[in-house]
Amino acid sequence: MSKPYNIMDAWQKVQLARDSDRPKAQDYIHFLFNDFIELHGDRKYGDDPAVIGGIGFIESMPVTIIAQSKGSTLEENIEKKFGMVSPEGYRKALRLARQAEKFHRPIVTFIDTPGAYPGKGAEERGQAEAIAQCLYQFSDLRTPIIGIVLSEGGSGGALAFSVADHLIMLEHAIYSILSPEGFASILWKDESLAQKASEIMGLTSEDLKVEGFVDTIIPEPEKGAQADFYKVANDLRRHLVDTLMSLKKKRIAALLEQRYKKIRELGVPL
Amino acid sequence: MNLFKRRQEQLNIFHKYRKQQKPSVEIPDRSFVTCEQCHSTFVKQDIERNDNVCPVCGHHFTMHVRQRIEHLCDAGSFKEIDKNWITKNVEFPDYDQKLNRAKNKSGLKEAVVCGLARIESIPCAIGIMDSAFMMGSMGTVVGEKITRLIELADRKKLPLILCCTSGGARMQEGIRSLVQMAKTSAALKQFNNHGGLYISLLTNPTTGGVSASFAMLADIILSEPDCLIGFAGRRVIENTTHEQLPDSFQKAEFMLEKGFIDAIVARRDCKRQIANLLRIHGA
Repeated sequence: MSKPYNIMDAWQKVQLARDSDRPKAQDYIHFLFNDFIELHGDRKYGDDPAVIGGIGFIESMPVTIIAQSKGSTLEENIEKKFGMVSPEGYRKALRLARQAEKFHRPIVTFIDTPGAYPGKGAEERGQAEAIAQCLYQFSDLRTPIIGIVLSEGGSGGALAFSVADHLIMLEHAIYSILSPEGFASILWKDESLAQKASEIMGLTSEDLKVEGFVDTIIPEPEKGAQADFYKVANDLRRHLVDTLMSLKKKRIAALLEQRYKKIRELGVPL
Repeated sequence: MNLFKRRQEQLNIFHKYRKQQKPSVEIPDRSFVTCEQCHSTFVKQDIERNDNVCPVCGHHFTMHVRQRIEHLCDAGSFKEIDKNWITKNVEFPDYDQKLNRAKNKSGLKEAVVCGLARIESIPCAIGIMDSAFMMGSMGTVVGEKITRLIELADRKKLPLILCCTSGGARMQEGIRSLVQMAKTSAALKQFNNHGGLYISLLTNPTTGGVSASFAMLADIILSEPDCLIGFAGRRVIENTTHEQLPDSFQKAEFMLEKGFIDAIVARRDCKRQIANLLRIHGA
C-alpha cells in the first residue's frame, strides 16, 4: 500500500501528475482491453489526435473507449497538442458515445488534459458548443459510463469527459477548475504563483473524494504510477471490471435516475 | 504672431474669469456617460431612455439586471424567486471582500436574478445574469439558482429564457464552480426531454464555463450585437498559439458567420422578437 495521501504536498502532486514518464491513456488501453480497434474522426470536420476512440473487450465484455491522450515524446505531444482537445475531439467522443448507446456497450472514458485547446480554429469551430454538447448528451446517455482520471484534469475541457455513473481517480492525479498557472493568472495576474495556487485549489484526489466528485481512488506507489505501472493498472482493471459488472446489472431507467441525482447534488451551495 | 499672442492673452483672461464664476447649476457626478465605441458623450438619463444604446453609433451599453427586467418583461410582472440566496465563503483568501465589493457595486446578492414573468402577456421563467457582480462568474449559488429555475420551468411547463453574461466559472470556489457546468447542462437535458422551450440571449461577454454549458444549449440562441462570445480568452489564445487574432474574433457577428448562434437582435427589437418566438411555440 502507498503511504497516506498527505505525505506529498499539492505542488509535488502537480509535478508528479505532469511527469513525462507517467503512463498515458494509450498505455492503459493497451493493457486493459483486448482486440482494441481504434475508430477515427468526428464525421464533421476532422480527427483529433488528442482523443483516442475505439472499441474493445475487457473480460469478454465489449466496451467503447474514449480517451484524452497526451504523448510520451515531444513530437507526439506536438501532434496531440499536449492532450488539449479540439472541438473535433469532443465531437468524436459524442459520436462514439451515441454508437455505444446504440449497441448497448458501456463507455469507459480516460481523462488526461490540462484543458480544452485554446486556438483560433478551435473557437471558430465552436469549442464552447462542443464541450456543452458533451455535458448535455452524456448526462442521459442510455448506457453505463465510467470515467478514469489518469493524471491531469483541467477545466471544462476535462469535465466534458467526466460526466459518468462512476468516476475513478488515480491517487496522485490532479483535477481542478483550471490549471494552477491559469488560476494564478486570473486571480493574481501572475502565472508564476502557480505553486501557491495549487495549495489552495483542492486539486488532489483526496480533496475531490471529500467533495463527492470522485467515487473511487486507485492507490499508487509513492513515486506514482510511473514507478509500478503493472500494479496500478492491475488494481485499476479489477476495480473497473467490478464496477462495470454492477452497473450493467442495473435497469437503464434506474441508472439514469441515479446519474442525474449524482450530477444534481454536485456543488450545492453551503 | 502678435495677433495670436493677443488672442492667447484674451483667452487667459477669459478662462480666469470663468474659473471665478460659480456654475449656475450643480451638475451631479457621473451624470454623463461616454460611448466606448464612438466616444460621444451623453446625459446618462438620455441613454437609459434609449434602452442603454448609443444614439449615435448604436453601441449597446451593459445593462443592469433591473434595467433588463424592465426592458424585457411586462411592467410589474416579474416575481423573483430564490432571492435571498447568497454565497458563503468557502475559506478562500479575500473572497469575502470580493463578494462584498461586488454586492456594493452591483446592488445585487449574486450574479444572477431568477424569476417568473410575462413577456407581452406570455408567462415564462427568466434568469438574468449581471456582469457587474464579479464578471457574472458562475459559482455554486449562480449554478444552483439557474438549475432551480430550469426545474421550475419544467414543473410549471413554462418556456425558459436565460440572459447570459459571464466571464466563466468562479475561480474562488474551485471544483464546486466547475461542476455547475455539468449540473445546469444535465437539468437542461431533462427540460429538453420533456419538451420545454429554451431561448438564450447572449450579452457582452459570454465566455468560459457559461458559454460551454447552458448558453450554447438553447433551442434558439439570440445575441446582442457586437458582444464577445467564446470559450478561451483572447490573451490565452495569443499566448498559447502566437496567432494574430482579428478584431472581429469571437464577436457575435463572427459567431453568426461560423454558425453558432441563430440571430443577432438589436436591443430595441429584443422583446418583440422573444415574444414572437414564444408565440410561434404556442406559449
